[in-house]
Amino acid sequence: MKSAHLLAISLICLAPALLAGGDDNSVLIRNVVIHPVTSPDIPNGSVLVIDGKIAEVGMKVSARGGARVVDGHGLHLYPGLINAATNVGLAEIGALRDTVDLDEIGPFNPELRAEIAFNPSSEHIAVTRASGITSVITLPGSGARGGRGGPAPVITGQGALMHLDGWTWEQMAVKPGAVMDMLFPQIGGGSSRYAAVSGGQAPSFEEQEKQYREQLKRIGEFFEEARRYERAKNAGLADFQRDVRLEAMLPVIDGKQPLFMRAERERMIKDSVEFAEKEKVKIIIADPHEIGRTGPLLKEHNIPVVLGKTFELPMHDDDPYDAPYTLPNEFYKAGVEICFGTFDVEFARNVPFEAAQAVAFGLPHDIALKALTINSAEVLGAGDRIGSIEKGKSADLILTDGDPMQARTTIKQMFIAGREVSLESRHTREYEKWLARP
Amino acid sequence: MRRLAAFSLIAVATALAASSQSILIRNATVLTVTKGSIQNGSVLIENGKIAAIGKNVSAPADATVVDATGRYLMPGIIDCHSHTAIEGGINEGSVSDSSMVNIKDVINPYDINIYRALAGGLTVSNVLHGSANAIGGQTVVIKLRWGKTAQEMLFDGAKPGIKFALGENPKRQGYPQESFFTQGQVVERRYPGTRMGVEEVIRESFTEAKNYQAEWKDYENRVERGEHPIPPRKDLRLDPLVEVLEGKRYVHAHCYRADEILMLLRVANEMGFKIRTLQHVLEGYKVAKEIAAHGAGASTFSDWWSYKIEAYDATPYNAAIMARKGVVVSLNSDSDELQRHLNLEAAKVMRYGGLSETEALAMVTINPAKQLGIDETVGSIEVGKSADLVLFDKHPLDNFSKVEKVWIDGHQYFDREKDLETRPAFEQKKKALEEKLKPAAQRPARGQGGSNPTAEAIQ
Repeated sequence: MKSAHLLAISLICLAPALLAGGDDNSVLIRNVVIHPVTSPDIPNGSVLVIDGKIAEVGMKVSARGGARVVDGHGLHLYPGLINAATNVGLAEIGALRDTVDLDEIGPFNPELRAEIAFNPSSEHIAVTRASGITSVITLPGSGARGGRGGPAPVITGQGALMHLDGWTWEQMAVKPGAVMDMLFPQIGGGSSRYAAVSGGQAPSFEEQEKQYREQLKRIGEFFEEARRYERAKNAGLADFQRDVRLEAMLPVIDGKQPLFMRAERERMIKDSVEFAEKEKVKIIIADPHEIGRTGPLLKEHNIPVVLGKTFELPMHDDDPYDAPYTLPNEFYKAGVEICFGTFDVEFARNVPFEAAQAVAFGLPHDIALKALTINSAEVLGAGDRIGSIEKGKSADLILTDGDPMQARTTIKQMFIAGREVSLESRHTREYEKWLARP
Repeated sequence: MRRLAAFSLIAVATALAASSQSILIRNATVLTVTKGSIQNGSVLIENGKIAAIGKNVSAPADATVVDATGRYLMPGIIDCHSHTAIEGGINEGSVSDSSMVNIKDVINPYDINIYRALAGGLTVSNVLHGSANAIGGQTVVIKLRWGKTAQEMLFDGAKPGIKFALGENPKRQGYPQESFFTQGQVVERRYPGTRMGVEEVIRESFTEAKNYQAEWKDYENRVERGEHPIPPRKDLRLDPLVEVLEGKRYVHAHCYRADEILMLLRVANEMGFKIRTLQHVLEGYKVAKEIAAHGAGASTFSDWWSYKIEAYDATPYNAAIMARKGVVVSLNSDSDELQRHLNLEAAKVMRYGGLSETEALAMVTINPAKQLGIDETVGSIEVGKSADLVLFDKHPLDNFSKVEKVWIDGHQYFDREKDLETRPAFEQKKKALEEKLKPAAQRPARGQGGSNPTAEAIQ
């Protein structure tokens, strides 16, 4: 009896894999409300998937040959959601350093690539997927600004845009090196903050500002070094020697790879933009906690923002209680392109709820949905491949019984690059196992 | 600035709270939690209590009428695990049984997080010590009566509690790790450093408590017999444990792993006391049967996991499994942030385990009320109960909803409209104060045209 039960469970587990794709590797999802995100909703439509890509979208799409047919029974079809800032795959159990591969030693590590240590067996992948998230950006830095007396981290490495399904990182990577993760320096950050909380004498503001200027100078020198390296390389001299670290900076200084600039405060945002202008590099503002007067500046320079959690406490005691909830809408109203990230691992799956809270406090619903899909894809340089239900794009799709921003909604089925992906996880396995305990 | 924030918002609260007579909240969807929902329903508040509920409720002519058309009214949210409003540290870290210390002594009524929590519909908190010690200290239940004194915030009639803690946190002091704060300093090791030691601390303390209880009983018996014995020496550490043995104080036990949960239940059964609630209890789903048999409640997170090894077997289905196996389950915050949206945490149990709307709402209202033994007066919308009510613009389990008004005992303590209204004046006050902080040279001269009148007004 017991083994029969287990067999049944095994078969159920195997079923999606066996069913993925029809004979000719195509799937027709029909009778669904399609939310393409980049065009108006289709109340009763179909999507044809061939070879992992969306081949057709519309009211009338016919199956071809041996296409497997999925009848949606009026369910909703959305593009898979994207979390634009996580550490998924690089950290398993927060408190156990042995399971965490974040924050390499040293201030400048542009040559480090997140996908190298991305663990395809991490339990967080399936857990994150269960909320309808098909892609995440995985960053090599936690955002911690150090403070143990050593040099503060500046460039922590390259973040990779990853599909949440695959056997190896090569198969999962949508865009390796999508961004260069950088912490913009902070006045009073690092060692001076450490001194303050550990009971020591914090340096004066003048001293802190001096340290800040010195740090900016060191960063400027590093970028200048990369530029000199590029000139030497282009000159093609016989004694030119390749340098792994500086080589990694070339896409940044050429304006091809954006700096994922973590800048929490108004002044850091302002100084980041100034820095980007001076260095002629592309930046994305990441995890801002306030907007201040930076809205017009960001709009003018066409700089997008990856917002952190809305479920945060206001920064100061005298801030409005809803300051973190209204922040996304303030950026949106200023004309800035926004995305959402969680900047963590265990709550990466909650990114739709972070966006929903912004909707409750004023952000238009369609903008929130775009922020969770097409905006993230565009900002991370994959707007032509993922983020919406459009012909030619990767078939990253979720079938739901409602709005994916609602906790009450159930994610029924998921496709990543046309493969039907299991929504089971460590969490559902424990659930089924222990619910059945006599 | 903290003080300014507190006092200005308190001024709002006091103005709101002053108007307490009869209040009729009209035409809302009333989510009673225990008696179903009423569409286009009304609730009458009189003398701080719920006087009537229904479709047609008549109110005295002078009643304040709140038009709640299209809105949702639910009972005030209750958090069974909070550290809000505690002044200073939450752990007395020096000993592994610190049952003599009391949260009641350190309630800070000016903590801005009280107001922020109110703005999320929270009305009652079980305020606990941290989890550094096997036996942490005495706890209290408060109502978030923002603007009132610490004494006035205490929930009258709520049984006091005591915090226990099992697993990684209490044993950490046995093998302290260098942290951000302790860098370079020698941190002293303190027993226990294992789960075996944690069990032993609890066992030893209760063994002592029983001896102490017996000494007092013997003393009282001898007094009764007309003898003149010397009374036993009073022990502030053992007194609260005797109260636990006598059922006068609830045990709220922080725990994670299934084995340690069973360990605690066994010790409690052996010593003859009850565990009122298991806190966090992330592996409670593995031993739900035993928890139900003991009669303990479970106060857990909606979906926290993996932040440490004892949280790696956590599953967001935990609440659902325990509920299905007969445990009274609540969802707690343990956080100044999370306590601001416990209604949305409740919505998650519908996704993870398919619980109903009512079951979900119960986990942040009537269930925590039952766990804290205060369900006679709060936790649902019923005639005779305290008027602790929250008005939402949408269904509280809708992720796009927000809180508009909050009443405690019929007094309004939060009003989003009023909060928004006071913001410009507050900003002005803040600017004026900042102006004063500037060195004289940078300040505009007094009496000069365009000087800020607010700066004068607030002196």
